Amino acid sequence: MTSERIAKRFAACAEQRRPALVTFITAGDPDLATGQAILDGLPAAGADLIELGMPFSDPMADGVAIQLGGQRALADGHTLKTTLGMVKNFRKNDADTPIVLMGYYNPLYSYGAEKFLSDAKEAGVDGLIIVDLPFEEDEELCIPALKAGLNFIRLTTPTTHDARLKLVLQNTSGFVYYVSMTGVTGAAISNYKAVGEAVTRIKAQTDLPVAVGFGIKTAEDAALIGRDADGVVVGTALVNAVATSLVEGKASATTIGAVHDLVASLAEGVRRARA
Amino acid sequence: MNMSKPNSLRNGPDEEGRFGIFGGRFVAETLMPLIGELSDAYAAAKIDPAYIKELDDLNTHYTGRPSPLYFAERMSEHLKGAKIFFKREELNHTGSHKLNNGLGQILLAKRMGKTRIIAETGAGQHGVATATVCARFGLPCVVYMGATDVERQAPNVFRMKLLGAEIVPVTAGAGTLKDAMNEALRDWVANVDDTYYLIGTAAGPHPYPAMVRDFQSIIGAELREQFAQKEGGTPDALVACIGGGSNAIGLFHEFLDDPDVKMYGAEAGGHGIDVENGHAASMTGGRPGVLHGNRTYLLQDDDGQILEGHSISAGLDYPGVGPEHSFLKDSGRVTYVPITDNEALEAFQLCAKLEGILPALESAHGLAEVIKLAPTMDKDQTIVLCLSGRGDKDVDTVGKHLGVKF
Repeated sequence: MTSERIAKRFAACAEQRRPALVTFITAGDPDLATGQAILDGLPAAGADLIELGMPFSDPMADGVAIQLGGQRALADGHTLKTTLGMVKNFRKNDADTPIVLMGYYNPLYSYGAEKFLSDAKEAGVDGLIIVDLPFEEDEELCIPALKAGLNFIRLTTPTTHDARLKLVLQNTSGFVYYVSMTGVTGAAISNYKAVGEAVTRIKAQTDLPVAVGFGIKTAEDAALIGRDADGVVVGTALVNAVATSLVEGKASATTIGAVHDLVASLAEGVRRARA
Repeated sequence: MNMSKPNSLRNGPDEEGRFGIFGGRFVAETLMPLIGELSDAYAAAKIDPAYIKELDDLNTHYTGRPSPLYFAERMSEHLKGAKIFFKREELNHTGSHKLNNGLGQILLAKRMGKTRIIAETGAGQHGVATATVCARFGLPCVVYMGATDVERQAPNVFRMKLLGAEIVPVTAGAGTLKDAMNEALRDWVANVDDTYYLIGTAAGPHPYPAMVRDFQSIIGAELREQFAQKEGGTPDALVACIGGGSNAIGLFHEFLDDPDVKMYGAEAGGHGIDVENGHAASMTGGRPGVLHGNRTYLLQDDDGQILEGHSISAGLDYPGVGPEHSFLKDSGRVTYVPITDNEALEAFQLCAKLEGILPALESAHGLAEVIKLAPTMDKDQTIVLCLSGRGDKDVDTVGKHLGVKF
């Protein structure tokens, strides 16, 4: 049975006539206890869906901020198993907020794909976004994930032409993640109009919700992108909030609050997107 | 290109870019359409007589091919075993085998209408080759190089600057080749319209491993002809060093279906294969994983995080290896062995004294394997080493290790 939490949450947001706020944080950044507290407080701060980044030594599609977030977690001894443990803890108090794990394939492959899928499902994970698994490699993890009852959320980008988009959407479930630009996470969106057009183009080909990510940093960005998109994803800005709160590389008294305050302001942004 | 026998080891990759379970196209969606475009462009180019002629002409008159097959007489006498030959890729223009690939790809980039070239480099040999072909064809060139490598390969950094390239030192991670490759991929994702990524080794997403191998296969093809003329028949053994493995696959590929030709790949054994993260022997000391677009043997920890690896040679300290080598390892066709820093240093010095040739530290790893192998073979047997690069760039490094103050 594929997790329904994602579909339910997008439907609930649509009913409120607003886009969903999707928040990305790196698991275990800057340390496990702080990371867990940040994660646990995201729904109350206003996050509708959570993307939990699985730290990887070589995050080829990420900009410096998220690279450094992953390095902080890894330096603290974080592993894939710890990430799953964080989800398990989160689920003790929250049965409704969808959690999507985002990252790169090798740690999962090393863990063992089948074992990972069953452990992730058991921990309460709803879906996966694996950056370096295009549909050409669907047999690796996408098909087994769908069979195991996990959503497999696919990235589409400005370079995904129409013929390719059909194939990209074929095994996609949960939602479609539109990457707003050709670039790494944390770069700036240069053409908001083009993003809106791309969302319209994708929505013409699928009934799934379309969330837009890469380059959304402020409540204003979220409001602007959220006019067309069913969800807006914010990642780098939140990881930067962690980074700027650190004192001598360690979590400070302001770290958790810094992330939750930014989420609250973004939540306010998505609520005026279509007002 | 490889339409030989059905059971041939030379048939790979398949349409998905797989050599057995290795290879593939594990890249972000942004890059997939580009990789498809590249596959199509290369498939068209390699059967286009105009493209082939232009590349042949450059190989002959710009690079100086064919590279000589040299009988290393004193080395052979010294080791008291098999006759040793060097396939002298270090005599190519720019001093290594890297130009074979650089020329093939720059002509392709031009055909595709690309106007900006990016590359990664470890020792700087590929960076120099790329900067060279960019100068020759008037294209801007950005080379990503780990900050650690920038420091230990200073002469090559200056050479690239003279050739007009922009060098971007990469400080992430340990500042070596894998970090440079990550950064080059980030550049490519951000500049998809005009930029061509000129990968230097037979690794990365399909079609790179097959394409780079094809460009380097001129090494083995020439060798077959030269050896038949010189000695008759085929060599008994081939030896090459393996970082990503482009000179090795270029040497081996021609002979994969010749069962009498034994093949040895020398990996970077660093401080020793038992020293944790102290070597870069991905096949001897790693396990299969997925990085930089392909599945292959990788140095990684229990959690699947990629290790940096270590080698005295900046060109070998890559935690992965080309996927075709992983396939050839598992099939048993090629024997891959680790060579330590010290063994390579000794081989470097011995070659200087006996043959008057300074091999690159990378190639010295291959030579160290020859030094082990030759005495176990008969005097009428033959070994060919791919002398992939020249060692001028390594004189500082070798000096430091031998305690010389410049």
